[in-house]
Amino acid sequence: MSHAVANTDNWEAVKAACLEFLPEHIIRYIEQNAKTTHSESQLIAILHMVQSHFGYLGKDQMHSVAQLAQIPFAKVTGVATFYHYFRLQPRGKHIINVCLGTACYVKGADKLAARLMDQLGIQFGETTKDKLFSLESTRCLGTCGLAPVIMVDDQIYGPVSPAEASLILEKYLKKNKGHKTAEASKG
Amino acid sequence: MIDKMINLTIDGEPLQVPAGTTLLKAAEKLGINIPRLCYHPNLSIEGACRVCVTQVKGFNHFLTACSQEVWEGMEVQTNSPEIRQARRDIVELLLDNHPRDCQTCERDGNCELQKQAYRLGVRERIFNGARKRIPVDDSGQSVIRTPEKCILCGRCVRVCSQVQGVSNLSQHGRGFHTVVGPANLANMDDSVCIQCGQCVAVCPTAAFLEKDHTERVWEALAMPRDIKHVVVQVAPAIRATLGEAFGLPMGTPVTGKLVTALRRMGFDEVFDTNFSADLTIIEEATEFLSRVQKGENLPLLTSCSPGWVNFLEKFYPEMIKHTSTCKSPMQMMSTLIKTYYAEKKGLDPKDIYVVAIMPCVAKKFEASRPEQAMDDGIPYTDAVLTTRELAWMIKSYGIDFVNLANGEFDRPMGISSGAADIFGTTGGVMEAALRTAVVKLTGEELGPLVFEETRGVTGLKEATLRVNGMDINIAVSNGLTNAKHLLEAVKKGEKQYHLIEIMACPGGCIMGGGQPYPPLDHDPLAPETARIRAKALYDIDAGKQLRRSHENPAIEHLYAEFLGEPNGEKAHKLLHTHYEARMPRGIR
Repeated sequence: MSHAVANTDNWEAVKAACLEFLPEHIIRYIEQNAKTTHSESQLIAILHMVQSHFGYLGKDQMHSVAQLAQIPFAKVTGVATFYHYFRLQPRGKHIINVCLGTACYVKGADKLAARLMDQLGIQFGETTKDKLFSLESTRCLGTCGLAPVIMVDDQIYGPVSPAEASLILEKYLKKNKGHKTAEASKG
Repeated sequence: MIDKMINLTIDGEPLQVPAGTTLLKAAEKLGINIPRLCYHPNLSIEGACRVCVTQVKGFNHFLTACSQEVWEGMEVQTNSPEIRQARRDIVELLLDNHPRDCQTCERDGNCELQKQAYRLGVRERIFNGARKRIPVDDSGQSVIRTPEKCILCGRCVRVCSQVQGVSNLSQHGRGFHTVVGPANLANMDDSVCIQCGQCVAVCPTAAFLEKDHTERVWEALAMPRDIKHVVVQVAPAIRATLGEAFGLPMGTPVTGKLVTALRRMGFDEVFDTNFSADLTIIEEATEFLSRVQKGENLPLLTSCSPGWVNFLEKFYPEMIKHTSTCKSPMQMMSTLIKTYYAEKKGLDPKDIYVVAIMPCVAKKFEASRPEQAMDDGIPYTDAVLTTRELAWMIKSYGIDFVNLANGEFDRPMGISSGAADIFGTTGGVMEAALRTAVVKLTGEELGPLVFEETRGVTGLKEATLRVNGMDINIAVSNGLTNAKHLLEAVKKGEKQYHLIEIMACPGGCIMGGGQPYPPLDHDPLAPETARIRAKALYDIDAGKQLRRSHENPAIEHLYAEFLGEPNGEKAHKLLHTHYEARMPRGIR
């Protein structure tokens, strides 16, 4: 009498679907960790890797992490939405951080922010349609002597007047002249 | 090993409890019920609601009684003015972010938040802050999510992962913006939810509720009799629990009153799902014996619990071949009503409206399954009422339930054996199946009636029975986390069972997601409740003349007159179904 369970599982199909969404080094990392005890404790580390690869955590990527690491999907999205660090929307090529700390604020950071929003046509936390800029606010970058300060990617600018902010934007636009056309040819 | 005993005083009264006891439990020993919202005896300690705060000497902050273990010489105040004020503040803050619609809320009168607010003396709305506005998710066929009413106690999240092993729910976001929901805050319909309704059972408020079917039943009952013939069937577990909704002591069987109440409400025929439970046993035992003879697809897994069937399709698609193809008793009964009964009465199946009274929330989903509908797409079961919904309808009608005379089910589909009654408790389907299977295997006319191995409400039971020179290995599980352990062992080849009974809800149908909320001084779904309700079913069984499904004369007659052979062609077409793997697949 046979009690063996035939392998009619759909696991292979599920796994194949997941592999399409994640790069190889992340899959390798998940598989290496699967053998360790408490492998689920690696979730945040895995999400970090996914975010640094894609710039954000997409739904398909999170689902693939959940399936491959065998951590409930709800847990993955629960953790991803809890931490401000994790982003669920794609970000622009350049991240503009406007400091709204006390010193910068006193020196007119609100006017600076208004100018950037106006010029980019987006609010804090949003990304321009051409995916070139994301606008963020931050609290104190530790360079109060330069207030008001903005930070584009890792570069700090200060003190910046609204007019100078426009110039900085132009500089990055010039640098990325080919950006739009490249996107368009892709699509 | 004897537990180390700890001496402490609570409200000035000395007492001794074993080391490791929490303050909440210690206070209960003195008869003090500390208010609680997030605490649940079956689940891990969360410490989220803070309503159970107490004052401990030597601390200038409050300690939560649910999570704080006792220590030697501890001096605790559970009722000082400061504590009362703190608890009141906490509940006032919870209420501030909660809809002000108690009068029109489904849980009015049995809401735990409402109860605590009353108990702690919240008599006015002091705070007036922002309130979260999140739309209702009524995408599911069974479970409705109303996040605005959620107080973030996390009971549903814990029951879903710890008891059911589904982990469909999680808290998303943080602080004021926290929302409990499926992954990515997707619709319940698109999630791995198995619709078992345990979240509904443990929710202290109305954040989770079953999909309302009462309106369509009122409508059907109001139709002229020659246009709609309304037939009702009642699941085994209802008779053991419905009385609770009318203030009768837990475990009072109310079969007779239930039948009278349903007649008074205007149902044309009152049938007993017990009848089709007997039928299920005949079909399933035949299926089991043929698999044992052929030696294929063992173990056989039962398929009565729709929550379990959903779990199977989403988490264990590789076990589909092992699962009995028998429809659940509810669907067998509905099918017979729209075929056999319709034929006999000369009625068009379209003119028959079938209502099923079930202890279960997932049954609503099962009734809507397209593969379980008639050829023209009309479902066999038109409406599924939970025990709670029926209790409300009886109250709404104004029927004095407690003082009703006893009625009897209509024939022939109201005759049943005691084996069918115990379907409502964990181990019951197994025991009922064994009563018949052992007789068939040995060929003797009388086999054993009571299989102690299957009784009791523990989550996982296994036994080996020696029948006719052959060892039959059986296993019984309730609560799907236990089913997971069982299935993993089977898959790895560690265990070789012949027959496995799986029920989704902890304790079986008697603790289903659709059962009455307990009185407010009881924790919902406490294990003691399961024991009392199960005993009621075993008592009904013991009091019956017929104890084995195959002895039911009405079933014999049904096969002779209509179905032909058990597992025969006609029986297979009408009484069996199929399952399929469903993506997204869940995590095991």
